[in-house]
Amino acid sequence: LSVDLLDRRLLFVTGKGGVGRSTIAAALALLSAQNGRRTLACEVDAKGNLADSYEAPPTGFKATKIQDRLYAMSMHTEESLKEYLRLQMRVPGVARMGPLAKALDFVATAAPGVREILTVGKLGWEVKERHYDLVVVDASPTGHIVGQLTAPEAISQLVKVGAVRHQTGWLRDLLKDPATTGLVVVTTPEEMPVNETIELVGRVRSETEVDVAAVIVNRVLPELFSHSDEELFERLRAPGLAPFLAESAGPGVENVMEAARLAVTLRRTRVGHLEHLRAALPPELPLLYVPYLFNRTHGLRATAQVAEALGAELGH
Amino acid sequence: LSARAATGAAPTGAAPRSLEQLLAAKEIAVCCGSGGVGKTTTAAAAAAMAAASLGGKVLVLTVDPARRLADALGMESLGNREMRVPALSFKAAGVECRGELWAAMLDTKQSWDELVTRHAPDGVTAQRILGNPLYQNVAGRFVQSHEYIAMERLYEMHSSGRYDLIVVDTPPTRNALDFLEAPDRMADFFSSRLLRWLTVPTRSRVVNLASRPFYQAADRILGSQFLEDIAEFFLLFQSMHDGFVERARAVKRLLSDRRTTFVVVTTLEAAPLHEAELFIDALGGHGFHLGALVLNKMLPAYLLDGAAFQVAERFAGPRGAEVAAGLPAEAGVADQVARVLREVGESYLNFAVVAKREAEQRAELAAAPDVVATVPYFETDIYDLAGLLGLGRQLWTG
Repeated sequence: LSVDLLDRRLLFVTGKGGVGRSTIAAALALLSAQNGRRTLACEVDAKGNLADSYEAPPTGFKATKIQDRLYAMSMHTEESLKEYLRLQMRVPGVARMGPLAKALDFVATAAPGVREILTVGKLGWEVKERHYDLVVVDASPTGHIVGQLTAPEAISQLVKVGAVRHQTGWLRDLLKDPATTGLVVVTTPEEMPVNETIELVGRVRSETEVDVAAVIVNRVLPELFSHSDEELFERLRAPGLAPFLAESAGPGVENVMEAARLAVTLRRTRVGHLEHLRAALPPELPLLYVPYLFNRTHGLRATAQVAEALGAELGH
Repeated sequence: LSARAATGAAPTGAAPRSLEQLLAAKEIAVCCGSGGVGKTTTAAAAAAMAAASLGGKVLVLTVDPARRLADALGMESLGNREMRVPALSFKAAGVECRGELWAAMLDTKQSWDELVTRHAPDGVTAQRILGNPLYQNVAGRFVQSHEYIAMERLYEMHSSGRYDLIVVDTPPTRNALDFLEAPDRMADFFSSRLLRWLTVPTRSRVVNLASRPFYQAADRILGSQFLEDIAEFFLLFQSMHDGFVERARAVKRLLSDRRTTFVVVTTLEAAPLHEAELFIDALGGHGFHLGALVLNKMLPAYLLDGAAFQVAERFAGPRGAEVAAGLPAEAGVADQVARVLREVGESYLNFAVVAKREAEQRAELAAAPDVVATVPYFETDIYDLAGLLGLGRQLWTG
């Protein structure tokens, strides 16, 4: 690793829907806090996944403390705009700026980059002001992340004058510094997420200035057998030995053996996708593996287990 | 009716309710669900089955540019234009296709351009809109444009009268309501006061508002030039107001029509299932027809077998060695056999936990529609039409 993942200051976590992006983001933030860093976890779409991951009350725009050194918030573009106007534009009487906020919210709906810049701007501000050692963002899914990361450029192309244009300068500097900012792409060892990951990494490298810090492969099934053990397993299933096994183990053994065969096949299909992923990604890009959790798929327990697995992968 | 409920049997002469029966009766099926549940594949499999066994002209409209789907359909690529899946592909899959299967992918930008061309009052205005840099940036993301454009294209295809059935795969949405509400939002957007404010002739607005603090602030933050650019863009768009609003309402009517049904696709994992439940509620709230629930990637039932569970516990525990010792010598070295059986047992126990959790999730599923189709976990990926039809047969009868 050129820069240790958790030694950066701002991590955007993205991934195709359904791969467990929110859990990974929550776990990275938890791991960072456990390692002594003051950490902020932020969810960009207010789905409430982050609060679920920590089993905490719903998060809001104002960061709340989850545990020692760990804070969580949800992005809210209108609140972000108000804060921006108050802190950076010194616009007086924000309370009375309702119509402006409304007008800008309306513009944000249609104008490219406005909503994104309010999100990225707020997070960049937290980093710039050194409020936290690390900010982990449960960011947009793969389809929208490039738009989010290139918002400052989009804005500076559209807005030729005015205060907003001046703001995009420092934000771009912050995003393009690999010691500061990194993108983490979450995937599962399945065909579609793997292909989307390969495509996204290519796009991020060609269309943005943001460094891809790591690809995290979630829900990796365990390897069942070594090569020689698998041969033995196949022998046990074959007609020669199967009747002896049935007699020795009792009824139901066929189902147990069938389940193991399924596990072997699933694992093998996934290994194929993983090999394709590794071969298609730049060799220096680290791949981190998180095992499939059989017992709990969400909630604080799952978050803690994923954090532990990530910690082991990162050598903590 | 009570007799039917008591026996669980279908009335005499009627087939049990299935996806097949549902699609035979409908002209549009909208597949929805959260990301990663297999929506695109389900939509394609259902459309392929409908074309093969119900006949007629069937279109699958997908938003997913997945290369694999095009491959599976035996096509070079999928574009905004509908293309027929070659009858030979069905033959190669060993299926006689009674009807025709057509496929198209949603290209948001191209669809927007066509929409503008259709609704602009004249060619000059259309060209000005299409050439506006703001429009070019915006076309891909304008007011949930992806959701709206999917519904809009569906409307266009349906009103062309070219198809007996259209199966549409919906874009992944941040929340389930996004595309159900997209037509309403589009109409609201064009009727909103703010849009009218922005499109008041520029001079009078500046004169009227220049003294107001919020215009001053907006000017300071964004620069008046940008505000003017936006105003001009909206002014151009305003010229399409009537056409757009009328169209958005027609799209909404089509979604509520009796000929349209919604198929909710989910796995039994907690998060997608939760989203599916929210979706089912939302459909009811909007007065849309919930036709079927597809439970995808179901683990095999043998994982719930009690006897197998006991065997697995034995394999995984200290008594596994006894089983190994009871086997003939050609099985192998006893230690190695015991190790393999332990792995086998532990693997079963692991997957059994998942299967039990999912069975419980299914039992807790509150408001399920009459048609619930279950599709087993496919061990390998689907690469061709034969694979797609294999999944389709499960859908049809499951």
